[in-house]
Amino acid sequence: MAPKGRYPVVLTLAALLATPINAAFSQAGELEIGGSAAVELRVFPANRSFDGQERSTLSPSLVLEPEFIYPLNDDDTVTFTPFARFDTHDERRSHFDIRELNWVHLDNSWDMTVGFGKVFWGVTESRHLVDIINQTDAIEGIDGEDKLGQPLLNVNAISDWGTFGIFVLPGFRERTFADDEARLRGPKPVQADDATYDSSDEDKHIDLALRWSHSIGDVDIGVSHFHGTSREPVMKSVTRADGVSVFQPHYDIIDQSGLDAQFTSGSWLWKLEAMARAGQGERFAASVAGVEYTFYQIAESAADIGVLAEYLYDGRDNRAPVTLGDNDIFIGARLALNDEQDTTALVGAIVDHENQETIISFEAERRLSDHWKGEVEVRWSAHVPDDGFFSGARNDDYLMVRLARFF
Amino acid sequence: MKMISVSNTILLALVVAGVTTGAALAATPETKGLEIAKEIDRRDIGFGDSRTDLQMHLTNRHGEKSVRKLRLATLENSDPEAGDKSLTVFSHPRDIKGTAFLSFTKILDPDDQWLFLPALKRVKRISSANKSGPFVGSEFAYEDLVSFEVGKYSYKWLRDEACGDQECFVIERFPKYENSGYTRQIAWVDKAEYRIQKVDFYDRKETLLKTLVQSKFEQYLGKYWRPLQMVMKNHQTGKATTLVYSAYEFQVGINENDFTPNRLKRIR
Repeated sequence: MAPKGRYPVVLTLAALLATPINAAFSQAGELEIGGSAAVELRVFPANRSFDGQERSTLSPSLVLEPEFIYPLNDDDTVTFTPFARFDTHDERRSHFDIRELNWVHLDNSWDMTVGFGKVFWGVTESRHLVDIINQTDAIEGIDGEDKLGQPLLNVNAISDWGTFGIFVLPGFRERTFADDEARLRGPKPVQADDATYDSSDEDKHIDLALRWSHSIGDVDIGVSHFHGTSREPVMKSVTRADGVSVFQPHYDIIDQSGLDAQFTSGSWLWKLEAMARAGQGERFAASVAGVEYTFYQIAESAADIGVLAEYLYDGRDNRAPVTLGDNDIFIGARLALNDEQDTTALVGAIVDHENQETIISFEAERRLSDHWKGEVEVRWSAHVPDDGFFSGARNDDYLMVRLARFF
Repeated sequence: MKMISVSNTILLALVVAGVTTGAALAATPETKGLEIAKEIDRRDIGFGDSRTDLQMHLTNRHGEKSVRKLRLATLENSDPEAGDKSLTVFSHPRDIKGTAFLSFTKILDPDDQWLFLPALKRVKRISSANKSGPFVGSEFAYEDLVSFEVGKYSYKWLRDEACGDQECFVIERFPKYENSGYTRQIAWVDKAEYRIQKVDFYDRKETLLKTLVQSKFEQYLGKYWRPLQMVMKNHQTGKATTLVYSAYEFQVGINENDFTPNRLKRIR
């Protein structure tokens, strides 16, 4: 997949395009090496749910994510960010990915990115509804915030009427799934290497996306449209040769229009994400709407506490992928000590109106020294229904501690 | 365009003349304070854009130190009714490397601020109501680091006195914008070049909170002065932060479009 043969061409193009304009910062010709290495330990206090599943309470792993940045000149930069995880208990979670391998060219009124990259769209916290360019690296974390590198060509034009972006996405990345013998797996084994597709081009289908975004006074707004392979697979139940019922991922061709907007007023942030999708059952709409209010310098300290509330709605039918947030409320709080160690914590709960299914998460991090950072994460679930999104992982509440070294 | 610049010059001349006459007629401490502030601002007009590297040395009350390294680009806004734009990118400590902060300073309205989080590639519009909060754990509040705009304060001249080996105006300034952590500030401004040498900050309880001392002034383009060292000492906590700037570059022709939220994703 690495665009090895293409690179000399890319570099020549870069040289040709390089016009002498000044980016805000320049430092051409010096390779910057950064990134991080981390050890991670997950603790699963409850017993396993499935025969054959890993029994250990403790599950250690190692994560490497170096970053190489090479500025060619003031306006052109090549970035390479490989990623690798070595997991003691989950063979599939031990994986390698190219998070980024791209050339970015900045011009006065436009910019371009070619290669493997990561793009984020959206404003809400509990669910990233509009964000669609990258596939979720679901074995990395269940919050959906870890992403696989996406091959892309992206050109953005900056004008007084906002930024217009076009994304050409050749090559689809399949979602990752936990091993059947590992914790945090689905309710059935997954035939991860045997996905089916709507398109006869399968994972070679060229997906397209357009986006307009702008900041108008106190409002930041984005409108997008995507045509291509759904990043969310439908999990079809099929019977394996040995008679076991398993999930087979199926990727539909979809059209998804998205809107994200934030209104910033004093200590209030008003957030909205909405999308409409065709191609998975009936055309449906979904939205996340909410507020964030921050209390600054509480009790005359430097610390801030932000309070978050969001409502999640999703109108999809059973021919679309199962989702958590169909009719849910998210309540959360964010603490920032604003100390020298940048200590922060976030606690949140998503509760389903109808069946009281509840997922609670807690995340905290603190810098330990110039190069070390500590992180803690806790996930806890309750009232998980048998057919629920997390039914396979109902006994997999965990505590994770992570120690990362930054270079 | 020529017409406009000519008429601007005339207008400026009229304003200066009017102001000078006004000051001569009624030099109350308030008008004198305002005139000094306007002169500080006037001497910085036309700098265009600038960029510099800077280090923040944070010292806690036990004398333990930690360092932040960042790059700072500033774009002058020629409209006197609006403030400058600034872009900050962190390179150290390494866990916040690539984090970028974009700010559009306003006069009395809340500033517009965005934060780029490199791990998620996410640009967040953030609330700027936290003016008095610490900037990255330092003794500098957000409001201490934004560009100086005359309209942000009301003024009062207190006295003239020696400051080091120079003669200074001592002026009091009172924040007019919302959410300031200060009731007032007392600034020492040298008479020779109108550079702010020192500021005392008084908190909401009227107690002396912090003192800023600016030094190692360098002049650029034969006109614009910048302190290459700023020391902020917190009298209530015993903590201090020193900003050490490397040489500034001026009028490098920074691309204005780099100061847009979408570009934050691409800035290194």
